Amino acid sequence: MTEQTPGTILLRGASLLGERSADVLVVDGVIAEIGSLSAEGARVVDADGLVALPGLVDLHTHLREPGREDAETVVTGSRAAAMGGFTAVLAMANTSPVTDTAEAAERVHDLGLAAGLVDVQPVGAVTKGLGGEELAELGLMARSRARVRVFSDDGRCVADPRVMRRALEYVKAFGGVVSQHSQDPDLAGPQSCCHEGELSGRLGLPGWPGVAEEVIVARDVMLARHTGSRVHVAHASTAGTVEVLRWAKSQGIAVTAEVTPHHLLLTTDLLSGYDPTYKVNPPLRPAEDVEALRAALADGTIDAVATDHAPHARHDKEHAFVDAAFGMLGLETALPVVASVMVESGLMTWADVARVMSTTPAAIAGLEGHGRGLEVGAPANIVLVDPSADLTVDRDASVSLSRNNPWHGRTFGAAVRHTLLRGRPTVLDGSLV
Amino acid sequence: MRKHLLSIDDLSVDDMDTIFATAAEMHDVQRREVKKLPALRGRTIINLFFEDSTRTRSSFEIAGKWLSADTINITGKGSSASKGESLRDTVLTITAMGVDALVMRHAASGSALQVSQWVDASVINAGDGTHEHPSQALLDAYTLRRTLGTLEGKRVLLVGDLTHSRVFRSNVKCLTRLGAEVTVVAPPTLMPSGVDTWSREAGFATSYDLDEALPKADAVMMLRVQRERMSGGFFPSAREYTVGYGLTRDRLAVLGPDVPICHPGPMNRGLEIAADAADAAQSLVLDQVSSGLAVRMSILYHLLAGEGA
Ligand SMILES: [Zn+2]
Repeated sequence: MTEQTPGTILLRGASLLGERSADVLVVDGVIAEIGSLSAEGARVVDADGLVALPGLVDLHTHLREPGREDAETVVTGSRAAAMGGFTAVLAMANTSPVTDTAEAAERVHDLGLAAGLVDVQPVGAVTKGLGGEELAELGLMARSRARVRVFSDDGRCVADPRVMRRALEYVKAFGGVVSQHSQDPDLAGPQSCCHEGELSGRLGLPGWPGVAEEVIVARDVMLARHTGSRVHVAHASTAGTVEVLRWAKSQGIAVTAEVTPHHLLLTTDLLSGYDPTYKVNPPLRPAEDVEALRAALADGTIDAVATDHAPHARHDKEHAFVDAAFGMLGLETALPVVASVMVESGLMTWADVARVMSTTPAAIAGLEGHGRGLEVGAPANIVLVDPSADLTVDRDASVSLSRNNPWHGRTFGAAVRHTLLRGRPTVLDGSLV
Repeated sequence: MRKHLLSIDDLSVDDMDTIFATAAEMHDVQRREVKKLPALRGRTIINLFFEDSTRTRSSFEIAGKWLSADTINITGKGSSASKGESLRDTVLTITAMGVDALVMRHAASGSALQVSQWVDASVINAGDGTHEHPSQALLDAYTLRRTLGTLEGKRVLLVGDLTHSRVFRSNVKCLTRLGAEVTVVAPPTLMPSGVDTWSREAGFATSYDLDEALPKADAVMMLRVQRERMSGGFFPSAREYTVGYGLTRDRLAVLGPDVPICHPGPMNRGLEIAADAADAAQSLVLDQVSSGLAVRMSILYHLLAGEGA
């Protein structure tokens, strides 16, 4: 029996990855023992009936600090992340100012450390000011205290193929990856805000055709092959993108991709009432695309789930549909949505969820200490999920500063109960510690 | 009838018949020396136009005045969200003074529906982006019915920039519901996305070929081509557009002298409609304007006089 310390926690009777049941002893932030254990001196967390997964990792979070602290801050976003079972999030660079220097990256990183609820890993901009023309100081961000490895102009596409090529080449020096917001700006058009299809035609909304995503994904996988570098497709949204990814992977091209929970469940017909809550970029697509995305996540063609958590102040959504801000909240509800779409339907197991929401995203982002299996010696980044919950989402119960929650009033069958960051509980019994 | 007029979808065929019947009475009023009716005395109507339209705004303004309502015009700042204020704040501020109806024109599709969810006043959609323009469709249907006697079984062509036309979207609903057989004609680049599936469900036909469709028409409605579409690559040149889709002098001859011609205006003479066609005896362009006033008086009357009267 290991000697007990005040930082000792015993998770009693958890179902590891939804499979075998065991007690997990956490000592000094590390998983010390797994088995049938006694609990002398340890704080006991009753995990009977709960599924234990490695702490979730989000490749795609918007924390809005600096610049829009009325919508979200690193602290409030960290709270939302912990409530959602995350232990690490990648904070997108499209803040104001943009995260395009080492100093800016370190500031976000340090704010995350100070909040202390999840590891906040800044994403660096690919180009200065997200301007799409000149490379940002990718190497200095990589060498900074923040150790930036993921670069993205998210919110905008790196549309110039020459700039994209140089970015892919350049990040090879330090094992970086470029995460692309795939949206050909000319094909999609300046005001595009709705999937281009029958509904956009009827509603008279400027369409955002799936092909505007697919041509960029196709181009980028060819550039990745040419440069021998890694490209990551952010928020894949169409069946055509899935086809391109499947082909690229069959060729051994180093491409990974993520899908958001909302693109796995919501469809474009929700826009028929012009409710800006459902305005996201890329837009919600028809059911055929949703089906293809689910299948691709299940079979590994899409590697990861990422939230694209995009908090907005109320007044930024209270415009006419074309003028309203893009995006919806996602951190607190990602796991319930994925559980409902993928696990309850039988498309995936809990072990698969651990892969797509923790292990693989951590590997893509180069995050050490996250996404490890639940094994002795691993950092105790753990989430415990109630797989038979009855969770009705209430947007006013959110710990985010914003309320643009598309799931308000929906009921899900799984809920996050406890989250541990390096052995320290950040969420216990569904409440922040 | 409902509280708002946001879309043709808000109206049953009975509602439309009611609107047309009252419009016919209002039409007679226009021939009187004293045109004022007391129906909306004490009511306040705001014409809130974020996008300029002299024609529709003045039509609603005169309609309100002849019904003795107090009408106020407010012109907004243009199409996109101004940095500071949200649309919700803007309309709440304007209606906080106690307004019975908001006649609204905005460059964004769906904006009238959104606003109707925020304010207490009746909202009348006077054109929302490329979505709908229901009062225009009602006045077009009213005008055509007066000329043709009925719309039942009549073959009506809508020709032009369908993608960007709110007049088309409202008209196709209104005319088909009143029994017309509608065919819409445009080059493929100006057909709305998904129209193939949508038209089947909504009961109208589509065509790229005006010359094939024209001889069968009982009425033709030409839609305005926005000049800026030409540089957008929707079609190669004005000349090519006119040859393919304009109501030219030659096509006027094919049409014959009894087939009515409509255009919601303002017209691009020589582009989508030849001067000969615009000024032909069968042209209803000016009737549309005077009918528009009668139809809008009727709409205001039914939405606003109803509750008290
Ligand atoms: Zn994006």
